[in-house]
Amino acid sequence: MINLKTPISEEDIRKLRCGDVVGLSGIIVTARDAGHKLMVEERPQFLDEYLNGGIIYHCGPVVKNENGVWSFVSAGPTTSIREEPYQAAVIESYHLRGMIGKGGMGAKTLNACQHFGACYFHAIGGAGTLIAKSVKEIINVFKLEEFGTPEAFWVCRAENFPVIVTMDSQGESLHERVEKETAENYQRILSSITA
Amino acid sequence: MNQKLSEHIMGLIKSASTDLPPDVEQSLVDARDRELEGSMSFSAFDAILENTKMAREFTTPICQDTGSLLFYIDVPVGTDTDPLKRSIQIAADRATREYLLRPNAVDPITGKNSGNNIGLNAPYFHFHQWERDDFRFRLMLKGGGSENVGTQYKLPDAGLQAGRDLKGIKKCVIDAVFKAQGKGCAPGIIGVGIGGDRVSSYELSKEVLLRKFGERSEDPVLAEAEVELFNQLNALGIGPMGFGGKTTVLEVFCGKYHRHPATFFVTISYMCWACRRKTLILSKGDFDND
Repeated sequence: MINLKTPISEEDIRKLRCGDVVGLSGIIVTARDAGHKLMVEERPQFLDEYLNGGIIYHCGPVVKNENGVWSFVSAGPTTSIREEPYQAAVIESYHLRGMIGKGGMGAKTLNACQHFGACYFHAIGGAGTLIAKSVKEIINVFKLEEFGTPEAFWVCRAENFPVIVTMDSQGESLHERVEKETAENYQRILSSITA
Repeated sequence: MNQKLSEHIMGLIKSASTDLPPDVEQSLVDARDRELEGSMSFSAFDAILENTKMAREFTTPICQDTGSLLFYIDVPVGTDTDPLKRSIQIAADRATREYLLRPNAVDPITGKNSGNNIGLNAPYFHFHQWERDDFRFRLMLKGGGSENVGTQYKLPDAGLQAGRDLKGIKKCVIDAVFKAQGKGCAPGIIGVGIGGDRVSSYELSKEVLLRKFGERSEDPVLAEAEVELFNQLNALGIGPMGFGGKTTVLEVFCGKYHRHPATFFVTISYMCWACRRKTLILSKGDFDND
């Protein structure tokens, strides 16, 4: 396992390749649909200190508040492709080094990863309880009232958050590769149907 | 509202959210053991199984997307269903406050999250009267990621060269699962609604997901199609999370409704690997003297 801590340098991110298993530590910010729309349309400044060289996590957690202290109860990844229209612009304008999510992203994001030096990290979808254990502390939250719990920006500190690189800064995408391989199977199976 | 019934439903929600059914878990163990140790797909299944154990141990949600609450309720003839609804809503509100559910009811126009899973048509209720004098509450927690990859076909479909026959139906299912790739949290459980109108076809494709693993359709033709589709879909090679692998689906369940002569719908609902569904049977005496 490769260990990386935010803020991550362009040099370090460019060493990663598809299939690498990584433990991410440091500041991670959750953002999903409402958040990405806001980052592109209004470019808020309050996230700069967390996102420069940082990581966005596509996640809408279950969050507990005990005596004023927040913590994640269950916090697996959400489907990343919904952020495809926004992600490239967010990478560029906030100097992101990566996104954590599930299901992979498209060509526009892959291009931005290659051009600006970023990676897409895949977490295990549905593994909400397991992943919540690697988030040690909630440092801040933005837009909680306006967006609601799942969509708010949760700024958290992670330790050895387990992920796999599935899109790297060399233009390689495991998702593209699997889609291509399964497309051949798909054509073969479709043409075999004779019932 | 009925306090005792609320307590029972609270227990049902807790069990559904945190304790994966044994047939689903066993199927995931079998899927892991088919993969090569050390491969990405093996590791994915390992993490899934570890997470399942931890969620049970700590009584925390298996997945943070605790889904939409879909209640399928069978009641004795003549039951007034409004008090049941209110008792269930109170349980949903409490389960949200106890972190067993994420607030998942959002107004589509204002964007406001109700904060307690209660809203217009949320939770969803499907009442059915039966000839028994007890009550059956079946709860499914259906996540949004898997819901987004569900789809409906209208036969004939020129692009797929799918006609109005079993062959055409199978092509639709294979196409839907191929297009979903790993995005619905593969491996999935595939519900297929055949016939009906647009609404009932979708409704059927979801209700079949309540079946236990291994429970084949009562219709012998559909039962055979389920087995055949299971093998064909796993031959796609999409694997857990779309990493590539031997298991793309854990189960395929088909159902059919008579259709209008002019229409032929094939509807696919995709359930993620975290197939959260639980059943509770109560007699009136379990909650009537509140």
